[in-house]
Amino acid sequence: MSEPVSALDGAACEGFARVAEQGPRGMITLRGDLASVAVKNAATGVAGVDFPGQRECHVVGERGLAWMSPDELMVMLPHAEVPAAVATMTGALSGEHSLVADVSDARALFRIEGPGAREVLAKLAPVDLSPAAFAPGMIRRTRLAQVPAAFWMAGAETFELVCFRSVAQYVFDLLKGAAAPGGEVGYF
Amino acid sequence: MLILHCPHCGVDAEETELAPGGEAHLKRFGPGSSDAEFESYLFHRENPRGVHFERWRHAFGCGKWFIAARATDTLEVFGTYRAQTAAPPQDIRDAITAKRPGWAWRDLA
Ligand SMILES: [Zn+2]
Repeated sequence: MSEPVSALDGAACEGFARVAEQGPRGMITLRGDLASVAVKNAATGVAGVDFPGQRECHVVGERGLAWMSPDELMVMLPHAEVPAAVATMTGALSGEHSLVADVSDARALFRIEGPGAREVLAKLAPVDLSPAAFAPGMIRRTRLAQVPAAFWMAGAETFELVCFRSVAQYVFDLLKGAAAPGGEVGYF
Repeated sequence: MLILHCPHCGVDAEETELAPGGEAHLKRFGPGSSDAEFESYLFHRENPRGVHFERWRHAFGCGKWFIAARATDTLEVFGTYRAQTAAPPQDIRDAITAKRPGWAWRDLA
């Protein structure tokens, strides 16, 4: 089997925050009634983290569950586990009105790390990124300049961000520009 | 700058995160309707200076449709509610009445 290759092959840059494209991450879209026990069990069973409430995102390493909309979750897990997880979830939800789709290769994943990470995103998204308004455990779907994106925190000064793979270079360039040395605002 | 609260995901979304969807609470007239009804359904829209009801989609967010009750002349927002709502809820009407006594919109007042 051929090796999965991420969109930018791990491109990285150092500014007042470090921006780095990440290796392939398994991502599965799960749509259905999020109040359903079968849906909850299918999601937590493969992700191994707590079920998220509205706009919550629970991540532990490469595994996680993110609340994407009232009827949609993103399930994250190591890329190699995706085929088995899709089969497990599809089987568990055979009697449910639901959708399980492997979207791993439709996405690019970035990490933005460092004390200035909040500022990098605050320059690009119409989101209140003050520590009081956005903290670990939350996810925000929004736009980054002109393209859709979603981000959450993987630590006190670390963000993970997903966008469509087709705009990975655009997003990398945006993040790189926003994190350029000398561009610190010092607001947060 | 317009900021609308998305009732589906709870985000106070800035206008650039949203896509406008035109007038809300239209009744569809399709096959079997009269020409006048169909023309009205397709083309006749309110263009008020004041209270208005509009459809918006949280396009860069949760992707869901909702309805906003707002004033076109001041950009004041009276409230938002899910698009799966046939008529403005009472709390929205009360909020409008509190700020704009005597308001009217189509056959609502
Ligand atoms: Zn929303």
